[in-house]
Amino acid sequence: MTYTPDIQAFCCHYTSQQTVAEGREGMREEGMPANVTLNRLVCTGKLQVSTLLKAFEEGADGVYVVGCPADQCHNVKGSQRAAKRVNAIKKALAELAVEPERIEMFHLERGFHPEFIEAAQVMNKRISALGPCPFKGETP
Amino acid sequence: MIIAERKPINEILGMVRDAEKILVLGCRGCVTVCSAGGDREVEILASLIRLGMQKQGKKVETVEGSLVRQCDKEYIDEIDQWTGQYDAIVSMACGVGVNFIANLRPTVKVYPGVNTSFLGGSADQGVWTEQCAGCGNCVLHLTGGLCPVARCAKSLMNGPCGGSVNGRCEIHQDVECIWQSIHDRLGRIGNADAMHTIAPIRDWSTAGHGGPRKVLRDDLTV
Ligand code: SF4
Ligand code: SF4
Repeated sequence: MTYTPDIQAFCCHYTSQQTVAEGREGMREEGMPANVTLNRLVCTGKLQVSTLLKAFEEGADGVYVVGCPADQCHNVKGSQRAAKRVNAIKKALAELAVEPERIEMFHLERGFHPEFIEAAQVMNKRISALGPCPFKGETP
Repeated sequence: MIIAERKPINEILGMVRDAEKILVLGCRGCVTVCSAGGDREVEILASLIRLGMQKQGKKVETVEGSLVRQCDKEYIDEIDQWTGQYDAIVSMACGVGVNFIANLRPTVKVYPGVNTSFLGGSADQGVWTEQCAGCGNCVLHLTGGLCPVARCAKSLMNGPCGGSVNGRCEIHQDVECIWQSIHDRLGRIGNADAMHTIAPIRDWSTAGHGGPRKVLRDDLTV
């Protein structure tokens, strides 16, 4: 059976700006996997733990967050807060015996195009190897 | 305020394993302030319960709500708005809230979503420390405002003990020796002599050693 993971990316305006400017087709040509959905935010510091959990509830196999470098966030500590929340979810996933690496935080320079695409590819490779998310149901 | 922490999710899943409809009930009092059981934490726990159940192949519905406080009779009555929508409640209030629901709703299944930890304050963002043990007979006027009951590892009334080293407690070097701090503070506020007063053997009956405690204010009961 072929499996294409559903990957949800949450990224701030600044880190995704240049990539998104390429448009959908442009991004594909650059190697952006089609199964990665971009959710853009003003700042990753705005992301709530519940929003990330909801992505898993809605069927994501993997979730990742892209924010500014920890010490250079446009909103000072936004990406540091996001990283802490991602960590909190890693712990919760581990508690539920689900691979914590299904969620990841990336800190990228603003507008750096190849690295942004690379993060998507890294996650696509990782989540493809892990297989479907166990939240999609196991027989009891 | 009362400081609490969410229980491990698997422990909570074990409590509600037979429930199909769960009311996750927060409290807007202490546990909101210490980020353990307010609206935001209710949302997170409800999501984790659904995910955990989903993983086990079980179906569950969650209802999310919160009360102004769970330690007052009149607010507990507000639970009735969800009657018929749940077969178990996970309360995210402190243990008082869980007890109050159990006292006042005799047939409702209610489970604790948090571990009630201590009476404390916010020392820093995301850090809470114990300050008072609710002993029922406060001695802070004798100890420079620093509590030996809650903050001395041995609850000594005449400290420090021989394990005090450079202001640190012998149980761990991260722990302040509160008796050293009491000594230093009494000196700073011109009350160093108070250290020479020997505290008598303490009557702990006010501290719960005489069974559950009760405060009755006759002027308020009409
Ligand atoms: S139920 Fe507990 S947490 Fe809620 S306000 Fe009362 S004492 Fe505080
Ligand atoms: S002496 Fe008793 S009431 Fe006073 S702060 Fe310490 S534990 Fe609390």
